[in-house]
Amino acid sequence: MKRSKDPESQAQPKGLSRRGFIRGVGLSGGAVGLLHPEGEAAPAPAVLGPGPVPITLLVNGKPHKLEVEPRVTLLDALRDRLDLTGAKRVCDRGTCGACTVILGGKAVYACSVLAIDAQGKPIQTVEGINAGGRLHPVASAFVNQDALQCGFCTPGFVMAAKAFLDRNPNPTLEQVRKGLGGNLCRCGTYVGIRQAVLEAAKQMRGGARNV
Amino acid sequence: MIPQNFTYQAPKTLEEALALLADGTAKPLAGGMSLIPLMKLRLAAPERIVDLGRIPGLNYIREEDGKIRIGAMTTHYEIETSPLLRARCPLLATTAAHIGDMQVRNVGTIGGSLAHADPAADYPAALLALEAEVRLVRAGGERTLPIRDFFVDVFTTALEPGEIVREVVVPVEAPGTGTSYQKVAHPASGFAVVGIAARVRRGDGKIALARLGVTGLASKPFRADAAEKRLEGTDGAETDLRAAAAAVTEGVEANSDLYASAEYRAHLARVYAVRGLRSALQAA
Repeated sequence: MKRSKDPESQAQPKGLSRRGFIRGVGLSGGAVGLLHPEGEAAPAPAVLGPGPVPITLLVNGKPHKLEVEPRVTLLDALRDRLDLTGAKRVCDRGTCGACTVILGGKAVYACSVLAIDAQGKPIQTVEGINAGGRLHPVASAFVNQDALQCGFCTPGFVMAAKAFLDRNPNPTLEQVRKGLGGNLCRCGTYVGIRQAVLEAAKQMRGGARNV
Repeated sequence: MIPQNFTYQAPKTLEEALALLADGTAKPLAGGMSLIPLMKLRLAAPERIVDLGRIPGLNYIREEDGKIRIGAMTTHYEIETSPLLRARCPLLATTAAHIGDMQVRNVGTIGGSLAHADPAADYPAALLALEAEVRLVRAGGERTLPIRDFFVDVFTTALEPGEIVREVVVPVEAPGTGTSYQKVAHPASGFAVVGIAARVRRGDGKIALARLGVTGLASKPFRADAAEKRLEGTDGAETDLRAAAAAVTEGVEANSDLYASAEYRAHLARVYAVRGLRSALQAA
């Protein structure tokens, strides 16, 4: 990649990488100062943080009040504050999918959403999908299909699969493969996982369980 | 990984947000799919965050006067699945389906992606081929830029401090236009090693219009003007497509990394340009 004209980037070690470049841009973010336009009377939104701020998270149907710094992610709030450790912290940068939870009906990377920003929408974690003492069809299909080895990626896969099936109740194998592309399994149990998702789809549609 | 501390404000109107951003010291937060990981890696360390996610009215896809307007906070998933875009501007919808994965497309936004300006992002190829426009706003003013003037360099755009992307405007596709997005996805990151958006229209049996947007190949996405010119006026035969594709990499300083050398990337770009043009012509 070509070197930028941004003077900040000159401080970077040679061989400019994407990562190095962002560092220059990020740190130069405060370099430009313009005066605030005067006479804007509307009350500005509250400045929250950098210290802890009270927030309310609606997790698995129950509101939880807690105090977190704005920089705390939804994943860390769930794991460290609410003791919901199903969502796993693995890559911690929105790549592996082990932290997947369902926020406002959509699968999201909990590691890449701020807890303060997750207020006001229902949050569902793997702890909250089983009803009446019975495993959710996705979870039971994972058991039936032996869709795991070490199991560390499983909660993320189960949540991603549930959100995927809520949108695509009758997927093909190829659609399952693409749909779950945001989750990685280092044991390589993808074949079993895809079969489990197909089995769960069939069961959730009311069809007979796969033999 | 924990980001550096920052203060957080969530304005309820665009005017409030622009006032908070006006001095250029705050970072606007859209979907956060790039910004939050970068902050956790401490590659970005803003002291003030202004969250645009609580502002109503920035998330829409609507047709007006022969153009389709897309609000900056519209997510990739909404663009991918929009019936309006699928019918009237399919290139953008099919390109959005190639971005990242389900979790990223659910949250990431078109405005955030453009402002971040990753040189391997998918949208720029399509928007260049579509000759889209971006509407930028700041406290007390706005301007509209053709997309090719928006990208300046690696992670660098024409946005001034305090200015944000407000809207993206794409044309309603004319009848007889065929489009295609062809991408070599990096197996780990999903970013485009090379991405080619092709858009062609026939008239009187000849190629009347050819547009090629290229991403991932160079330090910024670009329109392959020479290739377009070489194709327009021809019959669109296989040899014409190959001649045009050869021009995609002429004079281009190709990126090189551990996954793909400059030479290999340029080769991929030519091969995928032929595939893109062929597939677009079949759809025309």
